[in-house]
Amino acid sequence: MSALSAAPAAGRPVRAARAGLVAAALAAALVAALTLAVSLGAVDIPVGEVWTVVGRRIAGEAPEPGTRDLIVWQLRAPRALLAAVVGAGLGLVGTAVQAMVRNPLADPYLLGISSGASLGAVAVIVLGAGVGSGLGLGVSAAAFAGALASFALVWALARRGGGFSPLRLVLAGVGIGQFLSGFTSFLVLQAGDEQQTRGVLFWLMGSLGGATWSQLAVPAAAVCLALLALQARARSLNSLLMGDETAAGLGVDVTRLRRELFAVTSLLTGVLVAVSGAIGFVGLLVPHVCRLLVGGDHRRLLPVSALAGAVLLVVVDTLARTALDTQEVPIGVVTALIGAPVLLFLLDRRLERG
Amino acid sequence: MRISIDDVTVTLAGRDIVSGVTLVAAEGEIAGLVGPNGSGKSTLLRTVYRHLRPRTGRVLLAGRDIRSMSTAETARHIAALPQERGGDFEFTVCEVVAMGRSPYKRAFAGDDAADHEAVADALDQVGLAGYEGRGFAALSGGERQRVLLARAFAQRPDVLVLDEPTNHLDVQHQVELLALLRAQRRTTVISLHDLNAAASLCDRLHVLHEGAVVASGTPREVLTPELLAKVFGVRAAVVEHPLTGDPLIAFDHREPAGPHPSGGAGRAFVSRSGHP
Repeated sequence: MSALSAAPAAGRPVRAARAGLVAAALAAALVAALTLAVSLGAVDIPVGEVWTVVGRRIAGEAPEPGTRDLIVWQLRAPRALLAAVVGAGLGLVGTAVQAMVRNPLADPYLLGISSGASLGAVAVIVLGAGVGSGLGLGVSAAAFAGALASFALVWALARRGGGFSPLRLVLAGVGIGQFLSGFTSFLVLQAGDEQQTRGVLFWLMGSLGGATWSQLAVPAAAVCLALLALQARARSLNSLLMGDETAAGLGVDVTRLRRELFAVTSLLTGVLVAVSGAIGFVGLLVPHVCRLLVGGDHRRLLPVSALAGAVLLVVVDTLARTALDTQEVPIGVVTALIGAPVLLFLLDRRLERG
Repeated sequence: MRISIDDVTVTLAGRDIVSGVTLVAAEGEIAGLVGPNGSGKSTLLRTVYRHLRPRTGRVLLAGRDIRSMSTAETARHIAALPQERGGDFEFTVCEVVAMGRSPYKRAFAGDDAADHEAVADALDQVGLAGYEGRGFAALSGGERQRVLLARAFAQRPDVLVLDEPTNHLDVQHQVELLALLRAQRRTTVISLHDLNAAASLCDRLHVLHEGAVVASGTPREVLTPELLAKVFGVRAAVVEHPLTGDPLIAFDHREPAGPHPSGGAGRAFVSRSGHP
C-alpha cells in the first residue's frame, strides 16, 4: 500500500505541469502558424520579411512603400488574426456547450444560434442590399441580428417548465435551428444569379475572406470577455459534468448557471458567426483533443481549448487559401475534411477503451 | 450539526411527491429513510441539498433555514451523494474529489494547501490513498462510489446526505461502505433500500409511504412484521441477528403479504400498487 500511495500521488501536479507545457507549446505554435499564414499565399513572402513589415508597423514607423506592406499588413495579417480569434472562440464555446448540455457531441451550432445568423445573412445577400440598407444592416449585422432572434426564441422555449434542462435546451435549439434553416434553404433557391449563390454558399460554409483590421475588435473583445466569464465558472462547469444533483450539492445554482452559460455561449457564437459564417467541426473537435491533452478540469481545459482552436483555424484557413491555385476553398470544407476523420478516430479510441 | 426537516411538501408537475414530512437528525445521529419505490425518499433528500425547493415547509440546519443561506454556504455544511454516478469526461480521481472544495472557492481561486490536505484526507478515509492520478471513468463501481464519498468528505461537511449509496455494490463493498459511515459518527441522513442494512446502520429510521412519514423510531421499534406487511407488502419475521444483535428481517420470498389481521390493509395495498 505504501508503494502504491507513493508513486501516483502526484496526480494533480503532474497534470497541471503538463497543462502548462501544452499551453506553452500551443502559444508557440500559434505564433508560428500566424507567421506562416501571413507568409504563404499567391505571393510568398519570406518569414523574415513578414516580421520586418510587422515590426515597422508595431514600432509606429512609417510603413514601407510598395505591395509588401499591403499584402502583409492590410490583407493577410488581419485575416490570420481573425482566424485565430474565431478559432479561439469556437474552441471555447464548444467546451462550454458540451458541459452545459453534458453531451460530448454538442457543438456551438447545436442550439440554433448559427441558423438564425445564417438566415439573417442570407436574407440580406439574396433579397439584396436594399433590404439590408433599408434596415440599416450590413451582412454581418444582419447575421448578428438573426443570431439574437434565434437566441430569444430558444431561450423562450427552453425556460418553460422550470427549465433550461439539457434536453430542453437541445430540443429547443435543434427545433428552432431546423425551422430557420428551412427559411434559409428557401431563400437560397431564390438567389438570382451565380454571384449571389456563391456568396450564400461561402457564408453557409464559413469564410474569413475580406477580413479587415476594423472587423477584429468586436470578436476579439467578445472572446476575451467570454473566456473571463467562463473561467470564473470553471469549477461549476466541472461539477455540472458530474450531474445536476451533484452540482446542486456542491453549491451550484444549476438553473442559473445554465442560463448564464447559454447567454454567454450564444452571444459569442452570434458574434463569431457574424464575422465568419458557420465554420463547422472546430467547436466539436477541439474540446475532445484538449481533454486528451490536459484532462477534463475546465480551469485548464477552457484556456487550452481557446489556444488550440486558434492554432487549428489559422492553419486550416491557410490551407483553404493556398490548397488550390485557381480558387479559395471554403474553410468549412477543409475543417470537415480534416475534422471528421480525427473525430472518428477519437471516438473509436474512446469506444475501444470502454 | 442538527438538521431538521420541518413540514416539507414537494410538488412536482402538480403532484405532491412529499407531503408534510417532519423529521430530525440530531447531532451525530444517523437517520435512515426507508420506504418502497416512489415513496418520496430521493425527493425529500433533494430538498436537503437544494436540488429541489419545497413548496411549503423548511429545512433547518442548527435552527437556520438553509434557504436563507447562499447555495455555496449550504454546501459548506451539507454534502450530498446523489444517485448520479458521474459522467465520462476524463476526470482523474483527484479532480473529482477536489470538486468537493468548490463551495469554499471564489472565482479564479486556485487550490491551496488546505485543499490538497482535505483531498488527501478524504481519499485516506475511504481507503483510496494513492489513487489520485487514476482515471475516474476506469474505476470499478465500488471504487467509484468511494471516490464520490471522498468528494463529499472533502467538503468537510457537518451533515452528510446519502441517497442509496449501496446501490449496485456487491455485498462486500456494501458492508465496507456502511462500516465507513458508522465509523464517521457524523450527522447523516441516508436513504436505503436494504432494510437489514438500514437496521444495522441507523440510529433512527423514518418510514416513508406515499410521500408521508408513517413511522419513526429506532430500527427495533419501527421494523415490525405489521409495518412490513402494510407498507412494503411483504411477509417477514423480525429476529435478532445471531452475530450483531441487530434486528434481522427474514423475508418470506415465496409469497407477498396475506390479508392483514387488523383489517386486510396489506393485501389491499399490494394489489393497489400493482404487485399482485
